[in-house]
Amino acid sequence: MKLKYILPVLFIALLSTACSSDDDNNDTVPEINEVDGLTMVQEIENSNHTIELYNNSGYFYTGYNDVSIRIKDNTTDTFYEDFTISWMPMMQMPMMQHSCPNSAIAKVPGKDTVYQGNIIYQMTNTDGSGWSLTLNYTIDNVDYSVTDTITVMQYENQNVTSFTGSDNVKYVLALLEPTAPKIGINTMKVGLYKMESMMSFPAVEDFTVTLDPRMPGMGNHTSPNNTDLTYSSVNENYQGNLSLTMTGYWVLNLELMDAMDNILKGEAVTEENTQSSLYLELEF
Amino acid sequence: MKKYTIFCLGFLFSAITFAQELEAIVEKDTTQLEEVILIGERKLSNYRQEKTLSSIDEYLEKSNKITMIRRGNYAWEPALNNMDSQRLVVTIDGMQIFGACTDKMDPITSYVDVSNLDKVSVDSGQEGTENGHCVGGGIDLQMPQSKFNGTGFKSSADLGYETNGNYRIAGLEVEYVGDKFYANVDGIFRKSDNYDAGGHEEVLYSQFQKYNVSFQGGYKLSDNHILDANIIYDKATNVGYPALPMDVSLAEALIGSLSHTYKNDSTRIKSWESKLYFNTITHIMDDSQRPDVAIRMDMPGWSDTYGFYSKVILKENKHDMLVNLSGFYNRSLAEMTMYPNDSNQPAMFMYTWPDIQTYYTGIYAKDAYSLDEGKTLSGSARLGFHNNTIASDVGLESLQIFYPGLNDSKNRFLMSLSADYEIKKDNYDVTFVAGYGERAPSVSEGYGFFLYNSYDNYDYIGNPNLKNEKALEANVAANYYKNKFMIGFETSYFYLTDYIIGEIDPSLNAMTIGANGVKVYQSLAHASIFDIYVNSTYHISDAFSVNGTLGYNYGKGSNDENLPFIKPFSYLAEINYSREFFNAAIQLNGNGNQTQYGSFYGENETPSFAILNLNLGNMFYLKQNKMILKYGIENILDTNYTTFSDWNSIPNPGRNFYMNVSYVIN
Repeated sequence: MKLKYILPVLFIALLSTACSSDDDNNDTVPEINEVDGLTMVQEIENSNHTIELYNNSGYFYTGYNDVSIRIKDNTTDTFYEDFTISWMPMMQMPMMQHSCPNSAIAKVPGKDTVYQGNIIYQMTNTDGSGWSLTLNYTIDNVDYSVTDTITVMQYENQNVTSFTGSDNVKYVLALLEPTAPKIGINTMKVGLYKMESMMSFPAVEDFTVTLDPRMPGMGNHTSPNNTDLTYSSVNENYQGNLSLTMTGYWVLNLELMDAMDNILKGEAVTEENTQSSLYLELEF
Repeated sequence: MKKYTIFCLGFLFSAITFAQELEAIVEKDTTQLEEVILIGERKLSNYRQEKTLSSIDEYLEKSNKITMIRRGNYAWEPALNNMDSQRLVVTIDGMQIFGACTDKMDPITSYVDVSNLDKVSVDSGQEGTENGHCVGGGIDLQMPQSKFNGTGFKSSADLGYETNGNYRIAGLEVEYVGDKFYANVDGIFRKSDNYDAGGHEEVLYSQFQKYNVSFQGGYKLSDNHILDANIIYDKATNVGYPALPMDVSLAEALIGSLSHTYKNDSTRIKSWESKLYFNTITHIMDDSQRPDVAIRMDMPGWSDTYGFYSKVILKENKHDMLVNLSGFYNRSLAEMTMYPNDSNQPAMFMYTWPDIQTYYTGIYAKDAYSLDEGKTLSGSARLGFHNNTIASDVGLESLQIFYPGLNDSKNRFLMSLSADYEIKKDNYDVTFVAGYGERAPSVSEGYGFFLYNSYDNYDYIGNPNLKNEKALEANVAANYYKNKFMIGFETSYFYLTDYIIGEIDPSLNAMTIGANGVKVYQSLAHASIFDIYVNSTYHISDAFSVNGTLGYNYGKGSNDENLPFIKPFSYLAEINYSREFFNAAIQLNGNGNQTQYGSFYGENETPSFAILNLNLGNMFYLKQNKMILKYGIENILDTNYTTFSDWNSIPNPGRNFYMNVSYVIN
């Protein structure tokens, strides 16, 4: 084999081996701080304890708020690992007061001091005022309570809506997921709550929420392969598929149907009716 | 990814072994149904290549079988046998190169200029698979061969002006040819304003500007070994597309190659050429010049290709063989950002070509065997492995909206076969060809994401699950010569199965504002395409000749609908006068009424037209130097017309006076 035979082979070998990729996996650093990555929203203090409230943004916004909680012993500066806690958010209106949907608070699996729950603020005053949060907790069989005002900012998009259905029941519907929408098929989750009284907002089971995402900026373009949201008893919320073909501003048009498929709220989107009266908004 | 690399490598080595086992050869060079278009010849040629400084597009348009799809006055898309770019393999000197525009605004013929090329080789159907898989044929834009004849320095300058569009062209070329070394540097610049259609109707957004520079050089290592290097840089800016809703602010290409050639007349292996190449294209669509658009958008696209080929030509006894081993990698990425009219809303972004990577490796072999006197039987085959990978997660997830569970990678094996039989006698020649070929879907057909087609006003979605498109073809050509008269015909029939075309999916909602809906690429069970051309020439005297061509084309799908972009009845008649230092020709060129138009695919009926052209040429010798003057009038009668291949029926240029001057300093 002379050079003339080898040369082409060399060329080929060079080219073929040039294209390969390595998969790097730089995995996690060991955790030190149990609230690492979270931002403190507020500290609520009484004479014994400081209750720290955390979430991702450091602010409460209208809509769904995931809240992480720690309780610090003011004398030792250490965090309690074992307590029970519940909360009561309250909106003070001129003539009355009401609460909002909120979950029980439970210890975060795998963590020693951090507890977690969620609150869905369905509205707020324009300056963020009006809400207060009462926390009732028990440490070593001693009951404590703290209350403080909190600031709830109006979220830029409609991620929660409260309305009266055709059954004359007041509902609150909130977007839980996607929190980080992507181009593609997203898992969409919404919480649906019935306003039983000013203070009680139990989750509604076994209804259906139809989904029709639209882009008003693109002539009301919609996407394929969306599915209706159905109730998941495990998660106590409604889940379905949301297809987003591009980034931007989306209106998620919804219709709420009860277990007998009666439409309680919302209309189908047509040429004439460009938006349902029941909708949520998404921007990314 | 590694898996494919290894696979490709294994395939290649086995292919090499295979290639070396085929030891059989011949002498006679046979090229059937090949048309060679000479480019930029600074000679007085008669017939239709009247302008030295024609664009590549204009040169190609002169070919019988090629039609050019016009979206403006620049970057026309060649179609061969009524099949356009995704059904063809268009290469630059054997190098694969793919446009970076999702809307086919940059066919690769737009990234080279006449100054880069020597000739264009046009091969119909499976005869054109030397450089890749295709169903319609191959177009290879060939650069000049290296030469070491010691002629020293030579330079030339070209200037051109055309009245329609105030079109200015300037070119300069310097060449040095030594015994062991040669180098050639050239540059060309073109700039045109909006052209006028017949009747002084200005066609807005038809301007363009481009320049192209290239370097070609070679070194002779020894009597048998040559190294060549070539680099082309081409940049077009401010290109208007009157047929489309957007223009192009930048179309830029860098094309480079390095090759080694072994040549020996006394061995079985006559030549062995191996080339490594790369090219990179940036294409930016722009709507900033348009006053009224539904929504402002940016649509940039990129296409990078790296490849090689190694080509051996062998001759022994009655065999004449060619083996070509090739491979390439291409990355196509295009994106779109739209800016809502409501400025409170964020910009909207999507990948329109979601980072599609193509890996291909294959081998082509051809053998021509001389039977008796004037009879040749030849066969060729190409086998290849083709892989597409969606490299971006966002892109994969985008497509999974339409194809849940879609895998990011798709492999295909492609095959092409052809056989032909040629008889050459003194007063006639006949060629019969039969072929079978397959092609993989193009990036747009397989992976396009909401690609708007202004022709039928639909958004297109690619289909990664498409089957390979297959074609069975038969081709017959014959010429008869008697005294000063020649008549010939050439006809092709293609029976395509799994013919890829967009079909309306009523369940999908258009993305583009105002679009009629969404089409998804699907396979039509079958489609037939037929064409026939009759040519004749009569030499009245030494100086005078007349010639004429008639053409008829037909295309229909299994859904009984006419295919789009099928050329209607066409004719061309020409009278030539040719002397050593002067020539003149007058041409009548026209199409019949397009009755069989593809209304199902958004095509309109194009009325018949006829235009008249006049071209003249003079040559002068000034001492050792030579000056060539070419001038004439195109569309003398200022006819306002549109052809079947004008996108959205944009009108063609009206009357145009042109002049090209070439000065060659020896």
